[in-house]
Amino acid sequence: MSELIRCANVCKDYVRGAESIRVLRNVDLSVEDGAFVALMGPSGSGKTTLLNLIGGLDSPTSGEIEVDGLRLDAVSARCLARWRAGSVGFVFQFYNLMPVLTAERNVELPLLLTGLSRSERRRNAALALDIVGLVDRGRHKPGELSGGQQQRVAIARALVSDPRLLVCDEPTGDLDRETADEILALLQTLNRDLGKTIVMVTHDPRAADHAVVTLHMDKGKLVAPVHRADAGSEDARSVA
Amino acid sequence: MRLLTLLGANLLRKPMRTSLTFVSLAIAFLLFMLLKAVSEAFSGGVSLQGLDRIVIDSKYSMTDNLPVSYVRQIRSLDEIEQVTNMSWFGGYYMEPRNTFATYPVDPESYFDVFREQAVAAETLSRFRNIRVSAVASEALAAQYGWKLGDAIHIVQDIFPLEDGSWTWQFEIAGTFEYAGGQLLLINYDYFNEAVVGWAKDQVGWLVGRVADPKAVDDTIRMIDSMFENSSDPTRTTTEDEYRRQFASQVGDVGMISSMILMAVFFTIILLTGNTAAQAFAERVPELAVMKTLGFSDRSVATLVLAEAVALCVGGGVVGVGIALLLQPVFTATLGGMIGSFDMSGWTGAYALGLASLLGLTVGAYPAVAAKRLTIVEALREG
Repeated sequence: MSELIRCANVCKDYVRGAESIRVLRNVDLSVEDGAFVALMGPSGSGKTTLLNLIGGLDSPTSGEIEVDGLRLDAVSARCLARWRAGSVGFVFQFYNLMPVLTAERNVELPLLLTGLSRSERRRNAALALDIVGLVDRGRHKPGELSGGQQQRVAIARALVSDPRLLVCDEPTGDLDRETADEILALLQTLNRDLGKTIVMVTHDPRAADHAVVTLHMDKGKLVAPVHRADAGSEDARSVA
Repeated sequence: MRLLTLLGANLLRKPMRTSLTFVSLAIAFLLFMLLKAVSEAFSGGVSLQGLDRIVIDSKYSMTDNLPVSYVRQIRSLDEIEQVTNMSWFGGYYMEPRNTFATYPVDPESYFDVFREQAVAAETLSRFRNIRVSAVASEALAAQYGWKLGDAIHIVQDIFPLEDGSWTWQFEIAGTFEYAGGQLLLINYDYFNEAVVGWAKDQVGWLVGRVADPKAVDDTIRMIDSMFENSSDPTRTTTEDEYRRQFASQVGDVGMISSMILMAVFFTIILLTGNTAAQAFAERVPELAVMKTLGFSDRSVATLVLAEAVALCVGGGVVGVGIALLLQPVFTATLGGMIGSFDMSGWTGAYALGLASLLGLTVGAYPAVAAKRLTIVEALREG
């Protein structure tokens, strides 16, 4: 397996008024292509900050972040936006769908940044909705869907541009147990069958159980990883 | 789907709020078109047909009359091709609310001076030969359904008849073309004969057509010097200058219109700006998600700006459209009082330019804020 994500000595500070707060402290991380990693830790441990850096939503204060061969810490915001459009899909806790657009238009949204024709965009959006089992709800707006269905639409949106990496921030945090299990099973399927690399932040140990590797963070630092060979991958995907 | 679809969907996010803003904008631009037309009618309105015309009025007040003998004296000048007399008649038709401009005129010379007001030869002939006749502008005749030969009664409030009656009867001799809307012309000879004694042999003002428009200043000075030492001295001006002076008697209409428009647009900027700011605040997380998906800062800012411009231009188009559709009504009701009432295509284009500028102004702040939005902070706040 090749390395997809590499973080070297990454620090992140936030400035609040006159105070500078170090959220990440010299984080080193390597995630192989096709891994399913859960990031756990108490509130304020820095897991969402690390996820944002890996997803190219934020820049480190120091250190290097390389994803799929691109040094995210060394490129412009514009270049980073282009990279996000094609290389990474995002799933949020509160779905973050456009309430004014139907499910299929929400899924199609990232494709507006591609050179695909309208019919190609619609076909791809329908395919992504089919993968998440919602092809029959494409004409519904988010407000007309349940929480689980909205999260499926969000996953379809994350998938539609066929990125290698999915970053998920508490994807089941707003769902009941049964629906959460369905979403986690879907993520497992995407990892196992489509080979998507998934980095997921969660508070929930049962959600983390669906990942192959669980990383724990505390006070801005990574602690030793836990490998779970039975979590959906026959070959143990590694995190260093 | 295109970004336009997203733009439209965003505008319809709060249909009530968008509708109210849209209607406010449409009304503002309708008002703009009206006031602009009124302002131009009073202070602008240079008519190519009026460039060779002068107006001879009393030196001291527009309400003072001049002796009718001035018509003959001025007509005798080589510098004057034709001159005609006019007077304000006033009154109303059937009900006090039915008012329109009515002038006692000399049929022959009037239509020779105002050549753009085309009249059929047979109509002019009837107007000239039937002393109690009157000719109505096409708009006026259409308004009241007057036909050839109809007897109409105008109730007077200034000029009683010699027998003490206040109701004048006229016979419709036909119609004539008049771009200004509603106008009724009555035969001066009949008016002068029938009116009460104190009003006889007087005219309100004279309008002349000069032989050489380039020498109009000399002609004006010559006419005024002719009557300088008489009991009724004159003040002669070009027709356009006369119109401006008339407007200034009721106030600086241009300035009043401009002030009203400024107040209207200031209010609209606040209203629309508030709407745009509210819409932006509600959508911060969504804009952050768009950036997360890969939309650039610039494209997100452009979308926000385009929404504000679309709202303002949309309101402007509707307002201008309504104004142009209603132009015949405005012309019929106001044109007779203020002369030409023209809402031209240029005024419409100006209004739409203003609408775009308004959109850019109110959209600027949300657009800049959208551009500067940092994804992480916006998602955290959302």
